[in-house]
Amino acid sequence: MAANDYNSVMARKNEIMKKAVGIDYAQFSTGQVGFDYERMMSEVGYKLDEIVKIQSETAVGKTPFIELKNISKLARKLAPSGKGARIFLKDEAANPSGSYKARRASVSVYHADKEGYPGVVAATSGNYGAAVASQAVMRNLETIIVQEVFDSCGVGQPEILEKGRKCEAYGSEVLQLSVGPELFYTFLRVLEDTGYFNASLYTPFGIAGVEPLGYEIVEELQEREGKNPDVVIITHAGGGNLTGTSRGLIKAGADQTKIVAASVDLSGLHMASDHDFNRKSFTTGHTGFGVPFATWPDRADVPLNAARALRYMDEYVTVKQGEVFYITEALAQIEGMERGPAGNTSLAAAFDLAQKMNEDQIIVVQETEYTGAGKHPMAQLNFAKENGIEVKNGDPDQEEAGKSVIIPEHPSQIKARDVDLEKLKRSYLRKVFEETKVEVIEKVDLEFLADEIKKSKVETKEILEKEFDLQVAGG
Amino acid sequence: MGEIIKAGSWVQIYRVVLPAGERAPQVPEDTQKVPLELKVKGFLKEGAELGDEVEIVTVIGRNHKGELIKANPPYEHKFGKMIPELLQVGPQIREILREEEV
Repeated sequence: MAANDYNSVMARKNEIMKKAVGIDYAQFSTGQVGFDYERMMSEVGYKLDEIVKIQSETAVGKTPFIELKNISKLARKLAPSGKGARIFLKDEAANPSGSYKARRASVSVYHADKEGYPGVVAATSGNYGAAVASQAVMRNLETIIVQEVFDSCGVGQPEILEKGRKCEAYGSEVLQLSVGPELFYTFLRVLEDTGYFNASLYTPFGIAGVEPLGYEIVEELQEREGKNPDVVIITHAGGGNLTGTSRGLIKAGADQTKIVAASVDLSGLHMASDHDFNRKSFTTGHTGFGVPFATWPDRADVPLNAARALRYMDEYVTVKQGEVFYITEALAQIEGMERGPAGNTSLAAAFDLAQKMNEDQIIVVQETEYTGAGKHPMAQLNFAKENGIEVKNGDPDQEEAGKSVIIPEHPSQIKARDVDLEKLKRSYLRKVFEETKVEVIEKVDLEFLADEIKKSKVETKEILEKEFDLQVAGG
Repeated sequence: MGEIIKAGSWVQIYRVVLPAGERAPQVPEDTQKVPLELKVKGFLKEGAELGDEVEIVTVIGRNHKGELIKANPPYEHKFGKMIPELLQVGPQIREILREEEV
C-alpha cells in the first residue's frame, strides 16, 4: 500500500492527475520553456459550437445582458463634460448555480460523464463548488467538494460557509478544511481513493467553457448597438474568467476590445496565514490570487494551466473592499439588482473607468453572482466588525486590508488603481527562468514567451537580452 | 454521561489531517503551529456520544472516521445587523441622479 504522508502523496501528484483528468500534458511541450497552448486548447477541449450545445443541455449561458442606465447616468454626472461611457452588465447570476462558474463546470462534467467517470471532485472554496455540484446533478454524477473554510479557532468565513451549504443543497459531499495550501494534499487523496474526475478550474475544458460568455457579449452588443465593446472588464482571481472571456471575444471578432482585469486590493494579507484568513471581506476576486496566478499560472492543480491571463490582459486595476460594497449597494438601490459582492469587483472599477471614457463608448462588466446569507455586504461587514476590523465611512484610499474597510463617503471616491502590468510580465519571466534555468532562448521559446506576455517577438527579445542577460538565438 | 446520539442521525465529525509540525514547508509560521483539520457531515453508523470516535457514511455513500462533534449540525451564517455605514448610499446616489444638469 502506498504511503499517505504529505511528501509521499505529493510525489505521486503527476500520476494521480494523469488518471484524474485523462490528459497527457507532456505531449504539448515545445522547446525548453513552453508548450503549444493553442494545440492543447484545440485538441483537448471542445469547439465553440460543441460547447454551446453541451451548455444548452444543462441550461447554462444565454444570460441577460443589461444596460445599467442609472449607474451609467451617475458616472456621467461625476465625469467631465463629454465623458461617461455606457455600462452594460452580463447577469451571470442567472446561470443554474448562480454564477458564471456554471459555464466552467459544464464542459468538465460533460467530459467526465462521457469518459465514464463515476463522479467529479473539485478543490474550491468559491462558487465553482456549487457549479460543479449543480452540473453533476443534471448528468447524474456524484460530487465531492474540498473547501478551505475555517481558521484554527474553528471560525468559518461566512461567504465560504454559504458556498458549502449550496454544494450540500445539490447533494455533494463537502470536505471542510482549515486554512492551508495542503488542501491540495487532501484533494489528491480523494482523487486516489475515488477514481473520480478532477473537475479542475484550470483544464482546457474549464477555460473553453467560458468562451461563449465573451461570444454572447459581442453578439448581443452587435445586435443592439451595431458595435463591439470598447472595453470589457473582468474580475480577476485565478485567470480563467479573463482567459475564457477574452478568447470568446476574439472568436466573435472583437479583437480590438480592450481587456481590463480588476481585483480587490488585499495587499498585505498572506493567503496561507491562519491569522489573516478571517480578516478579509472577500474570499475571491482579490489580489491574493490575481497577482500570483497572473505571474505564475502553473501553480494550479494541473501540470499546465489553461488559464493564462497575461496573454490577454491589456490593463490591470485594483479597487478597495469598501468601494465594492458601495457599488454592490448602488446596484441594488438604483438598478434593482441585488447581487453578491465579489462578482461586483469589476463593476466598481468600471464605474471609475467609464468616467474617463467618452460618452459614445461602451464598457461591459461581464459577470454578476448570486447573493444570500453569508455572501452579502451585511454578512461580510458584520463579520469584519466581529474580527476587529474597523468599518467606517471615509476615504477608501486610506483602507488597509486586514485592518479597515472604508465605505466611500461619496461615489466620486471610487477609483480603479493601476497595477504595473510591465512589472508583472517581468515577474512572470523571472519565474520561468528560475524554474527552467535556461540560458539560450531558441526561436520556439521566444515565440512562446512573446505570446505569454502579449508582446511582439522583437519587444520580447529586447527584454530578454537587456534585462535578463539571456542569449536569444534565431529570434 | 452525555446523551446518546442514535445510529442513522445526521452528524458532523472532525479529524486532524496533518498535525502541527507536519505541515507543508511553504506554509507561514502561524499556520505551521496549528494542525490541518477536517470536518465532514454524514449519517452516524452506530449510536455514540459527542466526543466519541465514530464512523459516518456521507450522502454519496463514502465512509469517514473521526470525532463526533455535532448532531444535526446547523447552518449558522446569516445576514446579521443592518450596516449603518451602507445606509447612506441609496439616498445619496438617488439625490445625485435627481439633481438638474448644470
